[in-house]
Amino acid sequence: MSGKKRTHHPHTSKAKNLTELKPGEAGVLEKLDLPDVEAQRLMEMGFIPGHSVTRGHSAPGGDPRVFRVDGTEVALRRETARKLLLK
Amino acid sequence: MGDCHNCPANSIATLAPPPGADASSTRRQVVAIVGPPNSGKSTLFNRLTGLRQKVANFPGVTVEHRVGRVKLDSGRDVFLVDLPGVYSLTPRTEDERVTFDVLSGLKKDIPRPDAVLLILDSTNLSRHLVLAAPVLSLGLPTLVILNMADDLKSRGGEINTAELAMQLGSPVALVSAAKGMGVEKVLQFLGGATMGAAPKAPLIQLPVIQDIPKCRAWATHVGNKTGYQAPAPPLWTRRLDAFFLNPVAGPLMFLVVVMALFWAIFSGADPLMNAVDAARIASGQWIGAHVSNEAVRSLIVDGVWPGVGSVIKFLPQILLLFLFIGILEDSGYLARAALIADRTMARFGLQGKSFIPLLSAYACAVPAIMATRTIESKRDRIVTILIAPLMTCSARLPIYLLMIETFVPRKPLFGFARVFALLALYVLGFLAAILTARLLKSTILRSSRSSFILEMPPYRWPTARGLALRLIDRAKVFLKMAGTIIVIVAVIIWVLANLPLDHGKPPAIEHSIAAGFGHLVEPLIKPLGFNWKIGIGLITSLAARETMVSSLGTIYGIEGTEHSLGLQDALRRDLTLGGAIALLVFFAFAMQCMSTVAVVRRETGGWFWPGVQFAYMTLLAYVAAFLANHIVSIWA
Repeated sequence: MSGKKRTHHPHTSKAKNLTELKPGEAGVLEKLDLPDVEAQRLMEMGFIPGHSVTRGHSAPGGDPRVFRVDGTEVALRRETARKLLLK
Repeated sequence: MGDCHNCPANSIATLAPPPGADASSTRRQVVAIVGPPNSGKSTLFNRLTGLRQKVANFPGVTVEHRVGRVKLDSGRDVFLVDLPGVYSLTPRTEDERVTFDVLSGLKKDIPRPDAVLLILDSTNLSRHLVLAAPVLSLGLPTLVILNMADDLKSRGGEINTAELAMQLGSPVALVSAAKGMGVEKVLQFLGGATMGAAPKAPLIQLPVIQDIPKCRAWATHVGNKTGYQAPAPPLWTRRLDAFFLNPVAGPLMFLVVVMALFWAIFSGADPLMNAVDAARIASGQWIGAHVSNEAVRSLIVDGVWPGVGSVIKFLPQILLLFLFIGILEDSGYLARAALIADRTMARFGLQGKSFIPLLSAYACAVPAIMATRTIESKRDRIVTILIAPLMTCSARLPIYLLMIETFVPRKPLFGFARVFALLALYVLGFLAAILTARLLKSTILRSSRSSFILEMPPYRWPTARGLALRLIDRAKVFLKMAGTIIVIVAVIIWVLANLPLDHGKPPAIEHSIAAGFGHLVEPLIKPLGFNWKIGIGLITSLAARETMVSSLGTIYGIEGTEHSLGLQDALRRDLTLGGAIALLVFFAFAMQCMSTVAVVRRETGGWFWPGVQFAYMTLLAYVAAFLANHIVSIWA
């Protein structure tokens, strides 16, 4: 899967984020580009850098989306998912 | 320590020991249940305490908890406290702060727990073990409960509990709280730990730093050491989600569920309600025939019985509503509903998480307002609290149903008209709520779009036991209210309606003290189309909405000439169609519920928000009822 690629992006602007995953596609989380409190909450739910994230179902209209992470499923809005960058 | 045998059964409320009580020897042993959300804390709590539980407040804390008694084989009692679900003990949210403070003994009024039941989901152990580190380092005797053992097994997961116990230095029990498997081990622990057994030091070093990735790596390490094999993904949850979150079928199912809810409470409860009503009338007649003292008979037959009976009649309906919401919540569908609703809620400045409290508000605003604690954004939470009482709670059902049955004719063609009328009232409350949310979010509670993070629990079969406990709990609350507030109000109204005595006989109702109060408010409510009798009902309904129907029952029950007429006939004579609709609109918007005012004050930490809320809703109710009365009067 594309998530296994270990290409380093010196410029984060080119980094892939969670919203770009297709249904069923997985990726490895690189970093959470969010304020501390929100990032910690997400990490407690399983969004830890280095862990794999798989896109699941979504609400009608495609937002929010469900992501499978660390043995559970968590729904995020697009604006949050966009801040979670993949390797 | 054995002096708890003679405790009165209702002493759960006196959880805190009297000041100065000697710690270990005289006071009751307290055990806290801690665990992440969705780990099955409440299921275990229900399993252990059964009917010996009640909701209690921790004084000075804005969180309500369930406290229950566990009877041990030795005859001793242990008190269980169900703490809010948390992922960590870093006190960031209200729930985390409370859990942390209680466990560290920082709360003055609550004794530090003597032991902890740490409940983790065994199917999700690596992630849930993260919470074990901070809880174990508190140094309290702790039983690590790995819940959902049946799920773990059926999905091919494995864990060596003996090894895990060695590593953590605490006993470990693999249980299924829902099925009752392994619960005896929990009881054994409760028996031993509360006798003062000291905890052992863990074999493996606990991470002290609050660094989530490091704690998570520690949990994986522990899992690996103890042969933890994560189970296969929940296949059925995936299959069901493929349907419930399907772009077409999902929203359709959502609508079907909401429609079914209303259909069930309106039509499904009919036979039961009629049975309760018939029993009330028959028992009233029986008492009438067997009590010879005329004043006492009148007090019971004309005062208390119609008052209490007219409210108890709605018990089947309210239980049906709670049953429905209970099934949605316990099955896991409610989280999907929140997901589906998020985009719509966002349009009104809210988020999907507000959907769950708002749906519960259809049952009762009080638990709904407490359910808003899961909303992290303070402003979103306040908005949800402020609009929750506008949702059509079950206390409005008695007056709604009475008015609809009175004013919407029962004809073949109108079979749907009654359901439609009720639905319209629900929609009215809903529209008022979301428009108010919009107004608040664009003015005094403006904030940037908040985030929405929601864990989707796997689907589970709701257990009959869990649902039954919920219903018994609700029935107790409802009957207690009917047996106290409603009886008191009914007696007061009966007394006021029978005084002053006229030549030793009760006066005609027009000359009674009650009528005096009614006439006092009449100028104020006349523009709404209400007469002084409705006025008496409105005054009493300020305490709780349900008293409206009982008060009307009492007033019209006393009114001599109307004795043969039912309440419905009396209302049809006393209210125009405009007045009837105005009354419904008034009840849709007005905040006639002291319990809600009290819970809002507690949850928002002051009188400001409940004050704003009460003023806003009363004004809205008055203006809307005024308009309804005049518009309908022009038409009809």
